[in-house]
Amino acid sequence: MNLIRSRVHTIRERWLGVVAIVFALVAWQCYAVFIIRNSFLLPGPGDVLLAFISLLQRGILLTDFKVSLMHFAIGLGMALLIGIPIGIAMGWNSRADEFLNPLIEILRPIPPLAWIPFAIIWFGFTPVSAGFVIFMGAVFPILINTYTGFRGVSRIFVEAGRMLGCTRTWDQIRYIAFPAALPSVVSGVRIATGVGWMCLVAAELFGVSNNGLGKDLWFFYDLHQMDSVVVYMLLLGLVGLAVDMIFRYYIDRRFLKWRTGEVA
Amino acid sequence: MGKLEIRDLNQSFAKDDGSRLVVLDHVSFDVKDKEFVCILGSSGCGKTTLLRMIAGLDTAESGSIILDGNEIRGTSPKVGMVFQEYSLFPWRSVIDNIAFGLEMQGMKKDERYRIAERYLNLVNLAQFRDSYPSELSGGMRQRVAVARALALDPVLLLMDEPFGALDAQTRNMLQQELLEIKETTKKTVIFITHSVDEAVFLSDRIIVLTPRPGRICRIFSVDLPRPRDRTSPVFAQVRREVLDLINQNCSIQ
Repeated sequence: MNLIRSRVHTIRERWLGVVAIVFALVAWQCYAVFIIRNSFLLPGPGDVLLAFISLLQRGILLTDFKVSLMHFAIGLGMALLIGIPIGIAMGWNSRADEFLNPLIEILRPIPPLAWIPFAIIWFGFTPVSAGFVIFMGAVFPILINTYTGFRGVSRIFVEAGRMLGCTRTWDQIRYIAFPAALPSVVSGVRIATGVGWMCLVAAELFGVSNNGLGKDLWFFYDLHQMDSVVVYMLLLGLVGLAVDMIFRYYIDRRFLKWRTGEVA
Repeated sequence: MGKLEIRDLNQSFAKDDGSRLVVLDHVSFDVKDKEFVCILGSSGCGKTTLLRMIAGLDTAESGSIILDGNEIRGTSPKVGMVFQEYSLFPWRSVIDNIAFGLEMQGMKKDERYRIAERYLNLVNLAQFRDSYPSELSGGMRQRVAVARALALDPVLLLMDEPFGALDAQTRNMLQQELLEIKETTKKTVIFITHSVDEAVFLSDRIIVLTPRPGRICRIFSVDLPRPRDRTSPVFAQVRREVLDLINQNCSIQ
């Protein structure tokens, strides 16, 4: 009975959301067609749909999508490879913390997009340079959250481990500190994906690359095809949403199952 | 075997003003093989410090701790510990918590599970094999902690007020279970508590520490036959004796 009621409840909640979207689409279409009456200033949903189909048929969207995902993967991958080990070193060892902390505090507030000139100089017009800008945005949330996660590992877990023969530093990190810090690391990665995605668009906009969702958004703006621009805007939003959903539903359930009973 | 000799143990900590706070002052005693000893004392008397040194988690300033002829320097699989706080790894299921020490020794999965399951049955939690610690009550968590410490088959089991956070009913039940486990596994047990009732119910001997600095005040032998009935007049009498002696001799002077 309760189950049915909650099912009905979620359906009703979903419907409310769908109603809001439909309402927004209708309002948008009416506003565009009857009030603005200029598809350059405000393309309506119908124009956008047609542009979407045409872009899809020409194969441009798929290429852009692949290129952008590659940029994103390079940036996020590098951020994980560098951010997590440094975060672990600083969180576990106070000497490493003292050594690296000032440097990181100076580099961290530099907006990732300020690195674009050097991205171009160092890596040229390659996927790596877009990846580098994304890396600069994604690495600090990962590093800082790994660091705080490791700092917060309860001493009792480490001591319980020592009593059970977990005495080597590497084992203590692998079997005790890392799993204990994982919720914090994961939330850092989740923040990093959001920041990285925003950096991706900007990195491609500034000509670091020849393809990609952000690059072609700019390209179609230059052609004054605003309906295509909206297609790219929506796609960028949807991909960002999809990445976040992966975290919310897959990663949390797969790796942080043990936290379900806790007040997180 | 599980014979412990503690000789002239001293420990002090530096205070902010540069002076030293003496925590343990010339503590010496022996624990016989398979004996159940309670260390009784008020908060801050250094009983946890003492236990941590026996565990090898801390080093004493001077003095020696000898287990079966070998001096304790650092943690060892011969000594198991149950902590006062909940110390189970929350990211590991019950069975993986119990098997942790065996995993650290490099034992294969099915073999360590087989051993861990034996200890899981010993603490009567077979149906919670795959649960996570957050799904267990406080009493169950401490039972898993006991199983985890026993899985490495230590000769000496240290317990630091393990039932302190539990309600009285659960606590009595776990004391009973602990004695049964001790009977089956034949371990030497050192148990820290500030409850006279608990000490009288469990121990072969009770070592009473004075508060700050911790010194041995009295050592009682509890000669009551087992199983002990905590409502019986003899039990009450022993408890009163212990309490009286503590009040006269072992309180803050």
